[in-house]
Amino acid sequence: MLEAIGVGSLEELFDRQIPAGVRLGRALELPAGKPEQEVYEHMRALAARNSSVEDELSFLGAGMYDHYVPALIDMLMERSEFLTPYTPYQPEISQGGLQVMFEYQTAISELTGLPVANASAYEGPSAVAAAAYMAKLHNGGSRIVVSAGLHPHSIQTLRTNAHGYEMEVVEVGLRDGVTDLEAWRSACAEPGVSAAIFAQPSFYGAVEDAQALAEAAHAGGSPPVVVAQVDPIALGVLRSPGECGVDVAVGEGQSLGNRLDFGGPSFGLFAAREDYLRRMPGRIAGETTDADGRRGFVLTLQTREQHIRREKATSNICTAQALNALGGVVYLAWLGRRGIVELGDLLLARTHYAREALAALPGVEKLHEQPVVREFALRLDADVAAVRRRCLAEGVNPGADLQALTGREEDHGGLLVALTERRSRAHIDRLAEVLGAAVAAEREAAVTV
Amino acid sequence: MSAPARETPLQREHARTIFQKGAPGRRAFVCPQLDVPAVEPGELLPERFRRVEPPRLPEVSEPEIVRHYVGLSKRNFDLDSGFYPLGSCTMKHNPRLHERAAALPGHARLHPLQDPERAQGALELMFDLQQALAEISGLPYVSLQPSAGSHGELAGVLLTRAYHEHRGQARHKVLTPDTAHGTNPATVTMAGLEVVKIATNADGGVDLDDLRAKADEDVACLMLTNPNTLGLFDRNIEEIAAIVHGVGATLYYDGANLNAVMGLSRPGDMGFDIVHFNLHKSFTQPHGGGGPGSGPIAVSERIAPYLMLPVVARAPGADDGEGEERFELLHEGRDGLGTKSIGRLRGFHGNYGTFVRAYAYICSLGADGLKDASEVAVLNANYLLARLRQLGVAEYLPAAYGELCMHEFVLSGGPMKRELGLKTLDLAKRLLDFGFHPPTVYFPLLVEEALMVEPTETETRETLDAFAEAAAEILREAAEDPSLAQGAPYTTPVRRLDEVAAAKNPVIRETID
Repeated sequence: MLEAIGVGSLEELFDRQIPAGVRLGRALELPAGKPEQEVYEHMRALAARNSSVEDELSFLGAGMYDHYVPALIDMLMERSEFLTPYTPYQPEISQGGLQVMFEYQTAISELTGLPVANASAYEGPSAVAAAAYMAKLHNGGSRIVVSAGLHPHSIQTLRTNAHGYEMEVVEVGLRDGVTDLEAWRSACAEPGVSAAIFAQPSFYGAVEDAQALAEAAHAGGSPPVVVAQVDPIALGVLRSPGECGVDVAVGEGQSLGNRLDFGGPSFGLFAAREDYLRRMPGRIAGETTDADGRRGFVLTLQTREQHIRREKATSNICTAQALNALGGVVYLAWLGRRGIVELGDLLLARTHYAREALAALPGVEKLHEQPVVREFALRLDADVAAVRRRCLAEGVNPGADLQALTGREEDHGGLLVALTERRSRAHIDRLAEVLGAAVAAEREAAVTV
Repeated sequence: MSAPARETPLQREHARTIFQKGAPGRRAFVCPQLDVPAVEPGELLPERFRRVEPPRLPEVSEPEIVRHYVGLSKRNFDLDSGFYPLGSCTMKHNPRLHERAAALPGHARLHPLQDPERAQGALELMFDLQQALAEISGLPYVSLQPSAGSHGELAGVLLTRAYHEHRGQARHKVLTPDTAHGTNPATVTMAGLEVVKIATNADGGVDLDDLRAKADEDVACLMLTNPNTLGLFDRNIEEIAAIVHGVGATLYYDGANLNAVMGLSRPGDMGFDIVHFNLHKSFTQPHGGGGPGSGPIAVSERIAPYLMLPVVARAPGADDGEGEERFELLHEGRDGLGTKSIGRLRGFHGNYGTFVRAYAYICSLGADGLKDASEVAVLNANYLLARLRQLGVAEYLPAAYGELCMHEFVLSGGPMKRELGLKTLDLAKRLLDFGFHPPTVYFPLLVEEALMVEPTETETRETLDAFAEAAAEILREAAEDPSLAQGAPYTTPVRRLDEVAAAKNPVIRETID
């Protein structure tokens, strides 16, 4: 091969191209390579030092949820034909992936009640930031009104990004677990508001009056783009964002057929009203015909994108989450039109049962009285970290320490408890038993001190 | 549209979406039974919040779902099926060990809010990956957070901005060469700064005079890919770094082409302050048909205070007496790291599943293996370029610049277009009939009818030979009858698609009756 190239050695190939001053004249300080079986053992040993949702009875949620992922999704996501291609730049040999995107867009559009959806964003919080940027491109506003009921990671991500867009983030507080409607209305009526963003349900699990929020935001003279960060699983039973007058729906897609993976990769969903189609970020698959007049699919509206428009692009996004979105659409097909409602109803019933059972424990109360779908916040009259430790020692992860996530004074004592269809009544009863004992023990310890 | 007579039932089937299949009441999901006392629906959820019409999702059985998506998969070309020399994309083999490792429940089913004490394996893996990426890049501090390369770029420009702002300087301009990936200028705009283009010199590198003329106190950063998108290592890199640092600006390394230099040359040693890695390029995370990706960044000491949080660190007093290290997620800055953090760019800690795969790759290859990978990637690219010359392809498709290349090279289809009437697009489409994924086309923009070829270290000499011969064959064929390539492809599930019509009248979701 060297002879064909016309160089005497590999060294010469590099000496002729890389200046000596920037050559690394030594070996990288990394361990030596290992055969496959040894690497596997190392990866297994690391995995064994993690306590997964298989190792404990977990009620952790707060943005990612332990839903059952049907086996057929693993099989499809591992297929070479879906796993190993690049972005479909050559549509003639990528019809499978492109049609999956088209179907995914349809499913997300149906779920959100909004006519247009992209082929995926990275994940939840960055999709919120992407929606705010799209709003700025749409109306040129300089302010983002955001409900304190948004996931704290979404608010933090938005703030980091907004510094780049040169937009101010104005936070509207909560009243009993949901956005304070009057404060929201007046914040949205201020001049220069580009986007108004809330979560459905709120980070505290509370169902928002989405229609009232959308109407209030739209009531002013120069209405902002109303964005809802949604939990897609809840949309089987909650009125859709589109129906409530929301302009853009974004959200974390992990619940839809993706594994927890310690936080990623998953996918972000992104849907909007038709007006925003040409300013949406990300890939979009569209229908067309081939030279023989047969139906086919291509990446479309690419003049929005970075590889065509460069500094004038509507976003810098290139690689997104196609494989994870495949998991999402297959999951939605697997649940089906009836299943997504049945699942939502089951979650409503079990969550109600769990909330009442836990709130009845001495030293435990509801943090708010709003309706909830699959997650709810409690306030413990005991040190949350210590209570959690006691529960974990019993093999029960009772949920997330609310204040550790939000950093808010008013969340002191807060515990955020999440359910999926994998947590039965027996599991909930076990949680009540363990949490009750842990709270009692901590309160006793506090008295003794 | 009417279906032509020659369409087979199977072809017609394949163009139908999942929404056009199934029947009312058909299903795959069986809901667990209600095991708690039934409550009035209105008590659980007030009627005004309740969805009336369910989303019109498909109503299909499990076998239908499997057939449908397995059928669709067969309409995709993929890396496991053949040569995929897509320039700038580093389509290297995706070892299946990585999928097995990532699927272990301790990794795949670990909740991101699990207490750090109960996720020590994951934190150790992330810490070791941070250390390895720091060593490979020659920059000491790493954030694994960004979700893809462009997300890493956004992090980089926001970090640069924070760095200047904390020094009381509002710098507005970012320099990017005209050969840059589109993500570079798009990122600059999103980060609220202004793009200033730098010209390319006759050797394909940065035009130093143009750089000197444009480098002033208002420049925040120069974003550079090295080797660049022409596949050329910029020999003036040390001088470029001196010019940029001379005006107080930072140097950003777009890591899309890192596969050329692992263990051979390090961005940190070239003078870069910030580098992003594409774990889905150089480190074998499968591309998944458009993601997931992963775009960790490494930064120099002076950028470290601004780094996104959380990062993984060794816990202080970590040694428990038995030599067992403990790791923690730093949510607040410490020791010059993240003390003035720009915040976070996404939820949780990044695409952990991609970290497992990248880390497994680094463990498999080790120091020597990574260097070998880059060496063979460069060898393969030069060999393929040489073969194309030997076979006469270069007469119609000459290399845009230079004799040698790094891990990829760019050809210009200008002569082919003029002399044979074949556009680069035609050649690309005809390659499909030969069973190859075409190279990247029409990028970089400054090369006429560009064709950007990156074979990677994965490919054998036989594959490279076969590709070169196919290219030669297509040119021979075109010399006799260019219409063959102009009408290609013929053997694919569909023929050339009308992209203009798709954009003019966008139909981006299925109609549901």
